[in-house]
Amino acid sequence: MQRTLNKTFFYNAGDMVAFMARFFKYVFKPPYEIRETLYQCYLVGYKSTFLIGLTGFIMGVVLAIQTRPSMAEFGAISLIPGMVSVSVVREIGPVITAIICAGKIGSRMGAELGSMRVTEQIDAMEVSAINPYRYLVVTRTVATTLMVPLLAIYADIIALYGGYIAMNIHDKTSLQHFFVAAMHHLEFIDVFPAVIKTFFFGWVIGIIGCYKGYNARRGTESVGIAANSAVVASSLAVFIIDLIAAQITDLLS
Amino acid sequence: MKEQNNDTEPIDNASSDEAASPAGKAASDEAASPAGKAASDEAASPAGKANSGEGPSPAGKTAPDEVSPPGTPPPTTPDPNLQPTEPGQAASGRGEPIIIIKGVCKSFGDHNVLRGVDMYVYKGENLVILGKSGSGKSVLIKCMVGLETPDSGAIEIFGQDISRLSYDELNAMRIRIGFLFQNSALYDSMTVRENLAFPLRQHKKTMTREKIDAISMEMLENVGLADAIDQMPSKLSGGQNKRIGLARTLILRPQIMLYDEPTTGLDTGTAREISELICKMKDKYKISSIIITHDMPCAKLTADRIVMLRDGAVYAEGSYEELERSDDEWIKTFFY
Ligand SMILES: Nc1ncnc2c1ncn2[C@@H]1O[C@H](COP(=O)(O)OP(=O)(O)O)[C@@H](O)[C@H]1O
Ligand SMILES: [Mg+2]
Repeated sequence: MQRTLNKTFFYNAGDMVAFMARFFKYVFKPPYEIRETLYQCYLVGYKSTFLIGLTGFIMGVVLAIQTRPSMAEFGAISLIPGMVSVSVVREIGPVITAIICAGKIGSRMGAELGSMRVTEQIDAMEVSAINPYRYLVVTRTVATTLMVPLLAIYADIIALYGGYIAMNIHDKTSLQHFFVAAMHHLEFIDVFPAVIKTFFFGWVIGIIGCYKGYNARRGTESVGIAANSAVVASSLAVFIIDLIAAQITDLLS
Repeated sequence: MKEQNNDTEPIDNASSDEAASPAGKAASDEAASPAGKAASDEAASPAGKANSGEGPSPAGKTAPDEVSPPGTPPPTTPDPNLQPTEPGQAASGRGEPIIIIKGVCKSFGDHNVLRGVDMYVYKGENLVILGKSGSGKSVLIKCMVGLETPDSGAIEIFGQDISRLSYDELNAMRIRIGFLFQNSALYDSMTVRENLAFPLRQHKKTMTREKIDAISMEMLENVGLADAIDQMPSKLSGGQNKRIGLARTLILRPQIMLYDEPTTGLDTGTAREISELICKMKDKYKISSIIITHDMPCAKLTADRIVMLRDGAVYAEGSYEELERSDDEWIKTFFY
């Protein structure tokens, strides 16, 4: 029993790696599915802006409110913008964005491709000599890889704005003053790795969502399973990448 | 394609080509038909329908009451008129078969779905495959387009062994083969128009929008659904979806059509329309077809020749009338 479990695990892991490797085989090679990629970008990017904006805003507000007491204790109220910006840009913005995308986009892709598999639409593409991997998986994964970083930057900006609003509850600052103070504390080593890791977040969300859907079994319940395991696996992958990114940044600085 | 059936068949596939035929098959290929069967065939059957002595006789032609050891294909019908034939035997003068299936076996886990299927299709012929549901008919035609990989055996289409083709060569062949899925498999995120245009847009990059629209319209008119062009497939009935599936498949002008239960689940009127459509398409575009069905009116209308599949192998073969006259109990169950 244990042995077969191990075998299935390694078999699945190998299968997943092979699935991911195919992405790089196709992504740089024409023909490109530009139309479908743009459409997916629209779905991934535009359709998530409200949710991510709202969450980012709340995060900024909460962060500013909660750091204020301890900052006030040291008489360092003026450091609040910097404090908020560093935590938002380095960690909270990217990770919150990625987790929301894993839930919203990962599950959608798992369910969509899963039901296409179950209703034989993927097979139908295959038999009309259209490469379903190229048309479905590459386009979606490219879209998440490009859109999640944009969404993360957008979340950062909204969160900083939230921080500004929250700070104004007690202390009067101008927006300009707040942003200058916030930027002042940001260094290249804060921003650059944070942006880079969001590309990985986006890629992993897209590829895992597609993997789970593309390999759904027969039967309707497998669509639900695909959507569910897409969310679980991609959220986990986001945290693991975050951990690795933190280690690497730590080594660099 | 490997990634589709990853969990059921990990490694065995690669080596299966050489290790081809199932036990007992190879032996019976050389030996003439066992136990005086051939002789009685010749005596009984009219018009050269019997298996000739030197032609490889279909495997496992044991008497039906004899229990066949595991690995040997199940017995064929005792009726000598309905024995499965070899290419060239049934209809001489029709040229080479366009599809040849030899000893195809396929199992999922320990479930042997196909156990040595032999059949062939001539150019311009409608071959109907009859069989109970779950007898592996869909699996068989999926093997023909490379959606499933047979464990052993060979499939030749247009003279090419499909297991030896590269992915690009396979795709080139797939354009020449149309496949109508059992449940239509229309792309449900696209309108009918986009469903039809999609294969054209993918394969005929230079074709203008107007041309694509015109061809889509022509195809929809062929199936009598021109006014549904801007609907979503989910808004249409099963019968309409089947017809649109047919239009989408025909739009690339295939030379071979594989229909998987084109009439199942439809009312008799619609079923008849679809059967007539199949005949019309055959005449209009000179298509060779395999039609899977267990709908007898459809078989009667469309079939030039019928092959019956039982326990994963060909059980009987003949025209509709020949099969209808048979005394075989199992065959009779189809003609209630
Ligand atoms: N991908 C698969 N995995 C496991 N079993 C399968 C698969 N495809 C088909 N089967 C099994 O093969 C048998 C034949 O299926 P099918 O060819 O669909 O029958 P039918 O003759 O009704 O079309 C069924 O018992 C089915 O459960
Ligand atoms: Mg079937």
